[in-house]
Amino acid sequence: MIPGSFAYHRPTSVKEAVGLLGSLGDDARAIAGGHSLIPMMKLRLASPAHLVDLGGIVDLKGIREDGRDVVIGATTTQHELIGSDLLGKKIPILRETSLLIADPQVRYLGTIGGNVANGDPGNDMPAVMICLGASYTVVGKAGERRIAARDFYQGAYFTSLEPGEIVTAVRIPVPVVGHGYAYQKLKRKIGDYATAAAAVVLTISGGKVASCSIGLTNVAETPLWAEQAGKIVTGSTLDAATLKKAADAAEAITSPAADSRGPAAYRTKMAGVMLARALALAKERARA
Amino acid sequence: MPKSQIALTVNGKPVEALVEPRTLLIHFLREQMNLTGSHIGCDTTHCGACTVDLDGKSVKSCTVFAVQLTGSDIRTIEGMANADGTLHALQEGFREMHGLQCGFCTPGMIMRAYRLLQENPSPTEEEIRFGISGNLCRCTGYQNIVKAIQYAAAKLGGVPLQEAAE
Repeated sequence: MIPGSFAYHRPTSVKEAVGLLGSLGDDARAIAGGHSLIPMMKLRLASPAHLVDLGGIVDLKGIREDGRDVVIGATTTQHELIGSDLLGKKIPILRETSLLIADPQVRYLGTIGGNVANGDPGNDMPAVMICLGASYTVVGKAGERRIAARDFYQGAYFTSLEPGEIVTAVRIPVPVVGHGYAYQKLKRKIGDYATAAAAVVLTISGGKVASCSIGLTNVAETPLWAEQAGKIVTGSTLDAATLKKAADAAEAITSPAADSRGPAAYRTKMAGVMLARALALAKERARA
Repeated sequence: MPKSQIALTVNGKPVEALVEPRTLLIHFLREQMNLTGSHIGCDTTHCGACTVDLDGKSVKSCTVFAVQLTGSDIRTIEGMANADGTLHALQEGFREMHGLQCGFCTPGMIMRAYRLLQENPSPTEEEIRFGISGNLCRCTGYQNIVKAIQYAAAKLGGVPLQEAAE
């Protein structure tokens, strides 16, 4: 399958990239790892007249600490996330999630910026970012702004990005030392999108949940923040009755489509099951 | 669309070429470089038959544009045999352990296994299986593919062949 013709641009700075996207308008698309866009172009579901390759912008690469946050450049790949000692120590849910994305070859090129910015409900990182309370640094012609992950997703492939804007970095407040975490993803095989998946970050104090944040993947048009379910488990020992109530609350906010992964009711139920498993595993991993 | 000039290294040789921006790496390799060892299987980023080594990464060459690769270093199956013509340990492993049936997935499997062993010279069976999870074998000959990679890991690690083959 051959994509449509396009003109190729390779800027070396964010400013240059944003300038190109601004002046070329709707006919231009930014490309990072290309593993969402190129398959779409091959199917002619996308036919941009201009591709602005972000791969030559060194400022968009890398993982660094900034005060209490970790900042990850948008073109940092899943493979680089997996290999990062800093993330392994401070935000291990990112490694766990990255290892469940696609397959090794895709992870060498797929980027965190693309994963969060594309608005594909099947992508895994958005729910994790919602769970972690992350924000995205976004740059456009009008300058730079930050958008909370929890406010970013409007619909399938529809986000708060304005035309010509790109995500340049993901900023994550580092969860407290000793927090428990888990990303539980049900999929039919390696490389598949989630039938349903749940991200959990919690803290335990005196045997009880002191705080808990929950994100859900691929069970609605957007990733979901299961705020109510998080409130239900807070203060509990995660006993069976509370787990059931939390799963019910999470299931109640889902609205998955029926697809080859199963009917809607099944996917909703699996969101609850993934959440219960993620909560149990996160508790096991937490240091009180 | 006017063609773009690219300059890169393929199997150790410097290459300069003109490509249409929309030319995928797999088409550049097969049609412009006449390196037909890398195969087009699914053409949808799933099967891994087109896997090549790009700047120390295993990539599916059906999902990269050649125009992006100025300055890159690419290795394909044609660049795997030793300079004296003897087979690379992985190629030898696939022969010795019957790691191929129809052979269509083999170049991609070998290129992926090459990078896997660079990163993890003595992988467990589970690590091998996870490491090649982006490569499909429609003959379903995974058992012997895993054995072939174990053979190569042992040989490259200096373990006697007899032991590796068992």
